[in-house]
Amino acid sequence: MDFEHDDEQQALRDAVRGLVGETYADHDHRRTTTGEDPGFDERLWARMAEMGLLGLPFAEADGGAGAGPVEIGIVCQELGRVAAPEPYLAAVVTAGGLVAACGSPAQRSELIGPLAGGERLLALAHAEPGGRWTAEASSVTASESDGRWTLSGTKEPVPHGARADVLLVSAVLPTGGTGVFVVDPAAAEVTGYAVYDGSRAARVVLDDTPGTPLGEAGRDLTASIATVQDLARVMGANQALGAMRSALTATTGYLTSRKQFGVTLNTFQDLTFRAADMYVSLELTQSVVDWATMVVEQGDPATLADAAARVSLQVSRAGRHVGQETIQLHGGIAMTAEYSVGSLVAQLTVLDHLLGDGSHHLAQLAGRVDDHGMLDPLG
Amino acid sequence: MRLQLSEDDRAFREEMRRFFTTEVPEEIRQTVIEGRELSKEQIVEAMRVMNGAGLAVPHWPEEYGGRGWSDLQRHLWYDEMQRAGVPPPLAFNASMIGPVLTQFGTQEQKDRFLPATANLDIWWAQGFSEPDAGSDLASLRTSAVRDGDEWVVNGQKTWTTLGQHADWIFMLVRTDPEAKKQRGISMLLIDMSLPGVEVRPIELIDGGHEVNEVWFDDVRVPGDLLVGELNQGWTIAKFLLGNERVGVAPVTATKRALARLKEVAADVVADDPLARARIAELENELLALELTALRVAAHSTDGEPHPASSVLKLKGSELQQAVSELAVDLAGPGSLASGADDDSALASWQRGSTPRYLNLRKASIYGGSNEIQRQIIASRILGL
Repeated sequence: MDFEHDDEQQALRDAVRGLVGETYADHDHRRTTTGEDPGFDERLWARMAEMGLLGLPFAEADGGAGAGPVEIGIVCQELGRVAAPEPYLAAVVTAGGLVAACGSPAQRSELIGPLAGGERLLALAHAEPGGRWTAEASSVTASESDGRWTLSGTKEPVPHGARADVLLVSAVLPTGGTGVFVVDPAAAEVTGYAVYDGSRAARVVLDDTPGTPLGEAGRDLTASIATVQDLARVMGANQALGAMRSALTATTGYLTSRKQFGVTLNTFQDLTFRAADMYVSLELTQSVVDWATMVVEQGDPATLADAAARVSLQVSRAGRHVGQETIQLHGGIAMTAEYSVGSLVAQLTVLDHLLGDGSHHLAQLAGRVDDHGMLDPLG
Repeated sequence: MRLQLSEDDRAFREEMRRFFTTEVPEEIRQTVIEGRELSKEQIVEAMRVMNGAGLAVPHWPEEYGGRGWSDLQRHLWYDEMQRAGVPPPLAFNASMIGPVLTQFGTQEQKDRFLPATANLDIWWAQGFSEPDAGSDLASLRTSAVRDGDEWVVNGQKTWTTLGQHADWIFMLVRTDPEAKKQRGISMLLIDMSLPGVEVRPIELIDGGHEVNEVWFDDVRVPGDLLVGELNQGWTIAKFLLGNERVGVAPVTATKRALARLKEVAADVVADDPLARARIAELENELLALELTALRVAAHSTDGEPHPASSVLKLKGSELQQAVSELAVDLAGPGSLASGADDDSALASWQRGSTPRYLNLRKASIYGGSNEIQRQIIASRILGL
């Protein structure tokens, strides 16, 4: 057993930190970038592709690098540290992950290679108005006639949907269950907008819009969607962990430098105790995030689902605690968009609600307390 | 990063599991699992069974019975012990005075005390706290004055846990009243049957007798029972308190208590979604704590403690308390029957829930209060 990164993983971390960290070390650059569409730095995205980061999770045969979840987690943590608005979680982990899991060999080679190369951005249009973090589609429907599939209904919010070159749209199948379709965004009505953390989302309206089934036509992909969501939960947790770490670092830096009443803030014990509690939250979260990331590696969907719910609950609780305290301990400066910690807190808030918040996952876990005596994280 | 235990560590865990579940008497383990009070004899017997197999003091230097295990193996040993409901080796002996004597004791002291300490032939008490010196330990006033070949000890210790069972007490005493607080302190070993030693019980809010005051009135202690150098007591105390971390976060025992609660309170839990949510939340927090303990234990140590280790005492005590609190709530009106005997119509877990809840309020106070832990995190880790 070992919770440390090996030398190669450490080198990857340093490289990603160098690239992404440098780009957004200047908070003004982040503000300018998120101020205009597509809400992220296309040049940085291209450099991430060059570095091989966009292809990390995918098999070499599909045009990827065949890396494991620990490596993907490292990338996500580093993105989180600087609240990078790049669509890694949406395009690579989620949409790319679904193509890798369900696409035909032809679809995989057609979509994953260009995604990894930074040439085509994929987005998954799955959430529907009124829905709450389910793996199934309910209002968008798919119909088939003479082997041609069309989709109707509204998807919203679709992370990075307006910038995407290819949409993967989930829909209720005529025979029941949920299928996924490859859709050309030009054939749909796509309206993009900014999310409060500076990233982008969209409303996608489909009206007899043609789509190509991902994988075998008519097959229910609910279980695969659920597993990709769980994977995204774990990687989102890695991203949140990075943001939490930066938030605490910023806070301790502020407490030791900012003067009030003629002394630095760390003179006040209440403030230092609250920072200590943030540290406790952060270290506990690090443990669960590392564990869940390693569970992904084991590959069993049911075990992953459990770990994803647990890490989501931990990150929801800790992310709110650390985020809220970061703002409170900074005081008014943290309320301004000029200062960086607000974007970290905004990102934590997005991650909390993207794939199921603490209450949602707690409800799932509460329903299963009879399934086991003591939990054994080592399996 | 790798989640699985190595084959060797897995085999080690199996070996521990087998030993604790088959060699330690069932009656003792059941007492622990049901949360009832252990007798002195049970604690002694459990430690002797472990010592007979070389499992009572594995963290001591090998020449005195230690096993040279990795931190992870020690973690697994402690984990399996708790899982099986085995009372851990008496901390005063195994984690406190034993390691101190191996490090600072004279050869004569080592020969005389270490085997008896490992086998619990001597039951040690800790004489550190005083009425005006709790977390601020260096304020202690109990004095030891040299008179010929002996020390003459006067003063009062308090919170002496299980002092009523103790044969000997290791004491911090002031040997130089002129020196600055920390500099004038020494450590003495005192036979509690000496004239002038008086143990008085302190009644606690749970109704039990667990701690004591110990009074010293002109107690004459042989001069060779000073540990280490004169006025080196503070250094020794810091060494001892550094070891105290072993066992401050009984994660598995807390997990076991929660799992048992689900079982005995199954009827209540089935009908109460909020109770289920509290259980699920606690299970998740315990998971985070357990993984943190593993992360600390699996980290190859180069002498420095893992920074996250400071989290264990703080969060460990909070969760221990939270589980006991949940037990009282699930016991409901049955929790009032703390004074009822075994003929009571209420289950023993219900009757015992409130004394346990009240008793565990101590967990965030002893071993360096949680405020002290926050202070340590803030200053040493966060640089505040």
